[in-house]
Formats: sequence, structure tokens, C-alpha cells
Amino acid sequence: MRDKGIRIENLSKRFGKGDTAVHALKDVNLRVAPGEVVGLIGPSGSGKSTLLKCLGAVIDPSSGRMMLDDATIYDDGWKVRDLRALRRDKIGFVFQAPYLIPFLDATDNVALLPMLAGVPNGVARRRALELLTALDVQHRTRAMPSQLSGGEQQRVAIARGLVNRPPVILADEPTAPLDSQRAMAVIRILNDMARRFETAIIVVTHDEKIIPTFKRIYHIRDGVTHEEAGAGREPDAAASRLQG
Amino acid sequence: MINLAGRDILHAWGKFIFTGIGLGLLIGVTLTMAGVYRGMVSDGRILLDNSGADLWVVQKDTLGPYAESSSIPDDLWRGVRTIPGVAQAANVTYLTMQVGKGEQDVRAMVVGIAAGSPGVPGWPPHLIAGRQITRGHYEAVADLASGFQLGDVIRIRRNRYTVVGLTRRMVSSSGDPMVFIPLKDAQEAQFLKDNDAILMQRRRTGADPAFNRAGTPGLLDAIVASQTSNRSVNAILIRIHPQFTPQEVADPIQRWKRLTVYDRAQMEDILVGKLIATSARQIGMFLVILALVSAAIVAFIIYTLTMDKIREIAVLKLIGTRNRSIAGMILQQSLVLGVIGFVVGKITATFAAPLFPRYVLLIPLDSIMGFFAVLGICVLASVVAIHMALRVDPAEAIG
Repeated sequence: MRDKGIRIENLSKRFGKGDTAVHALKDVNLRVAPGEVVGLIGPSGSGKSTLLKCLGAVIDPSSGRMMLDDATIYDDGWKVRDLRALRRDKIGFVFQAPYLIPFLDATDNVALLPMLAGVPNGVARRRALELLTALDVQHRTRAMPSQLSGGEQQRVAIARGLVNRPPVILADEPTAPLDSQRAMAVIRILNDMARRFETAIIVVTHDEKIIPTFKRIYHIRDGVTHEEAGAGREPDAAASRLQG
Repeated sequence: MINLAGRDILHAWGKFIFTGIGLGLLIGVTLTMAGVYRGMVSDGRILLDNSGADLWVVQKDTLGPYAESSSIPDDLWRGVRTIPGVAQAANVTYLTMQVGKGEQDVRAMVVGIAAGSPGVPGWPPHLIAGRQITRGHYEAVADLASGFQLGDVIRIRRNRYTVVGLTRRMVSSSGDPMVFIPLKDAQEAQFLKDNDAILMQRRRTGADPAFNRAGTPGLLDAIVASQTSNRSVNAILIRIHPQFTPQEVADPIQRWKRLTVYDRAQMEDILVGKLIATSARQIGMFLVILALVSAAIVAFIIYTLTMDKIREIAVLKLIGTRNRSIAGMILQQSLVLGVIGFVVGKITATFAAPLFPRYVLLIPLDSIMGFFAVLGICVLASVVAIHMALRVDPAEAIG
């Protein structure tokens, strides 16, 4: 268990060269174990998005090391060859806005990922329906994104992030557009899913109301992180169900 | 695997259908333009078919009688008739002019046909109403496209003719309907001067002592008669015996009669390759421009549709969709747009063709070539959009 989850060591990211170089990340260390939900908090321009992009294998770090479930995915310039497959199979994304594909219904928005990974259509759809049921949107499986409420869209987006059972989920301000009740519900869902699927979840947020729910928090400022223990409060049970 | 292109099209079907209709109208114009060219070629061939001739004897070193003016004596046909291999020979005149009916007039090709019977070269081969010309003067057979009807009295120069028969698809290479009249009338019409001009010519000739000689009675009358009558025709149409080749018959005519003779292939080459060559180039230019406009429209539409989905494309790339799947989605949408446009265009052209004043011939080969050209244009038009989509950074999905 010790080496599972995601781990980064002395990760740095520099944009530009010479005098004009900007050090967006400086020797960042971070570790998230399976089943754990941690917060990543910092002001605008602190390097949150850059760290998220590095973790999501969207941009290459300048130096340092990244490991995912025992496997090294980046090590001082070396990286795994197929980043697209890595993102598809090992990393789940939940965005601030759901960014569902507008021409696919809720089920196919979720099932698309396993289909891309080569899972047969029927199996992919069954897996999607199981997740949508777990997230309490089983009654909206054939609805198009435009027919879903904001909360329902976000739950479909969470299902999409989880459907390939990735060891890591990166959630970029997933509660920003939601009111307190719905925000708490999303965090509760993420906690439930982390426990249920043994997933390491990193939640980037500004949202003051959800910060007390994290057991561990990484603060980031000027590209430097420091870790602190969070309050680890249970999200309000009353908010466990999103209202459409 | 989900067909992303199909789902997107079904989701935004109205946008695709209406865009396809707009594109289809443009493709319809393109197909119709091709049909206009085919119609011109067909008109030229029908003109040759309907003449019933295997050889055309014309003035030496001219491309007559259709592409250039040609004038040969009207008694030459008798000599030509004696050449071995000639089955039938008949004089003919062609004159494109305005033919009047009441206050209206119609542009038509007036054909002077030699006395004889149906089957003689130059005569209209089929009538759809009425009868052939049976009198030596003042009867006419007109093509249906002229708008004339049986019994109508039409005006050619100073004379009036009664329409006694109607034909169909008897047109000149320019698409003008034909009006057949007796040869003598046509010769007169072709070279007829007005009365004042004839009077002045007679006076001028009479005042010339070289023509008006006191010791030679009858000379002046003979000269005046030759000046006011026309003894020329435009061509002699020849039908040859089946056992002779056109070349075997044409060679002695050219050698001994000092005339130019064209066979069917040469005449077709003159009509298609020379007479309508400029029009063909003009239409070709239109086709190129329309193809470019179609390509630009498809490219713009596909580019716009793709740019509307930039965020979705970024998400698709972020979650692991391959570039070829995204390129395939855009390409398929472009092709679907092209297919919708082609179907609409084909239907439009089919229904619009009969409304054109000239014959528009839509042939399956043009449709097949047009279909593949549209697909090719759509593939090319999607290149820019695909390039844009592949350049989308998956990081854009994260923000």
C-alpha cells in the first residue's frame, strides 16, 4: 500500500529560458494514497493549474520524479511513451465545468472512455450505468447534457472520471459553480468513490466551504507546496443528494 | 465504438440539413452548367444526325456550312451525284435569322431543303404533327421549340409561309429551333435585297456602257437577271452507298470538283471542337469557379463547426481520444455534408433542367464524376479544420 497512489518528488516546472524564465513549480513533493482525498489550495497564479497539468500528463515537468502505482511516469526528462493511453487508463479528470460532450447522452458520455480503451460497447455501457446508478442519476441515463441540471451534469462528469477505475482522479475546482449543499454533495461523492474504488483524489479548490472536509491539504504559493493536516469533517449528510 | 460524427450530426441535424441544402443549390448550379455544355454537344450531334448526311460538300477551304459561311453553285450537285458511291445528293442552305409571327419574332435557323421526299438529305426525318412540305413555295415545317403551331403564318423576309408540319429536337448547334422551307425560297431569302436596292442596281447596270451595248440586245436583261437571282447554296449533303467508305467518296469530289468534303467525324470535330469550343471553355471556367466556391463554403462551414467544438475536442484529447478519431469525425462530417449537398444538387438540377430555354442534358457519367468531385472537395475542405483540431492542446480542457 505504501507505494500505491500518486507520488511526486522534487517536481519543478520552468517556463522560458534565461533571465525571462518563470519557475511555476519549485521542488514540489506530494503524495496521495489510494482511497484518500486531498485538497490543493492556493491563490491564483500560485501554480495549481501547472501542477495539475503535470499530474495529468498534459505538460512535461522540467525536473523531478512522478510515480503512479509503483510505476515511474516521469523521471528527470524521461517519460512514458504513450501519455494519451496513460491519461485514458490511469488518470480521471473532473473539471470545474462538466464539459460533457454535447452530442452524447449521459450514458455514452461516461461509456466513451472505456470504449476508447477498447472495452466492448456493451460492457462499457453496463459499467457506465452502474456508476450513474451509484451517483444517483440512473433516471437520466438517456438525457442529453443540455437536458441535465448543473448538479446532474457534474455527477455525470464524476462518473466519466471514475469509469475506467483510474488510480488517480484530478478534480479541478469541481464545486466552483455549485451552491453549498451541492458542493458538499460532490465532495461526499468523491469521498465515497475514493473509498469504494481505492482511488487517490486530488481536489484543486478555492472553495472555503469544502476545505474543512479534507484530512490533508497541500498549500501552494509561488510554486512551492507545504502540507498540513485538515479538519477532515464529514460532508453534511443533508447534502448527500444533489437536487436536479 | 461510438460514431462521434454520426452522433454530432444527429444532435445538430437542422444545421447540417440547411447547410447541405445551401451547398446543394450550388452543386445543382454546377451540375446544370455541365448539363448546358452536354446539351450544346448534343445539339451539335443532333444537327448532324437530323441532316441525314454522310458527307458535307462545302466551298473549298471553308469550315462550312455550320461553323463558317460557304457558298457553292446550286448546279454542282448533279456532278457530285455521278461520283461513284454517292447514293443521294441534295442542296441545302442554312440561315439563322429572326422569323416573325404577328408582332413577335423568334430566332430560328431557316433551312432550305431541295425538292424531293422524306429521306432526302436535309429533310426533317420525323414529324410529330402535320405533314412534310409538298409545294414548291411558301410552306414551312417548324420545330416545336419555335412556339409555332400548325396553320400559323410566319414571316421570313418579305414572304409569308404556312406552317404545315412540326418537328421535335430539330435545332441548330446554338440551340435555335429549325424552320424548313423550300430551297428556292431559302435561296431568295438568303440573298434578297430590298426593292430600292434592286432598282438602284438596275439603273447602275443600265448606265454602264459595257453592259448596255446597242449592238447586243438581251445582254442587259441577262446581266440584270443574274444580279437579282441567287444561284448559290451553302452545302451539298451526300448519303453514300453502304459498300463505300466516306473517304472513297470524298477523295474524288475534292480532287475533281475542287470542293472541300467533310465526313461525319470531321464535321463533329468542327462543331464540338471549334464552334462551341469558346462556350465550352467559358462553362469550364464557371465550373472551376463554382467548385472553388463550393470548396470554400464547405471549408468555412466545417471550420466553423469544428471551432464551435474546440473545448469538446480538448476534452476528448485529454481523456485519451486518438488524433485519428478526431480527424475521422471531422472528415466524416464533411463528407456527410457533401453527400447531402450532392443529393439536393442532383434533385435541383433534375427539376430545373427542363425550365432552361436551351437543352440541358444531365448524363449519369457527369453525376458520378460530380459525386466524387464533391467528395474530393469535402476531403480537401476538411483539411484546415482537421489541422486546427489536431493543434488543440488538451490542457485547454483544464484551463
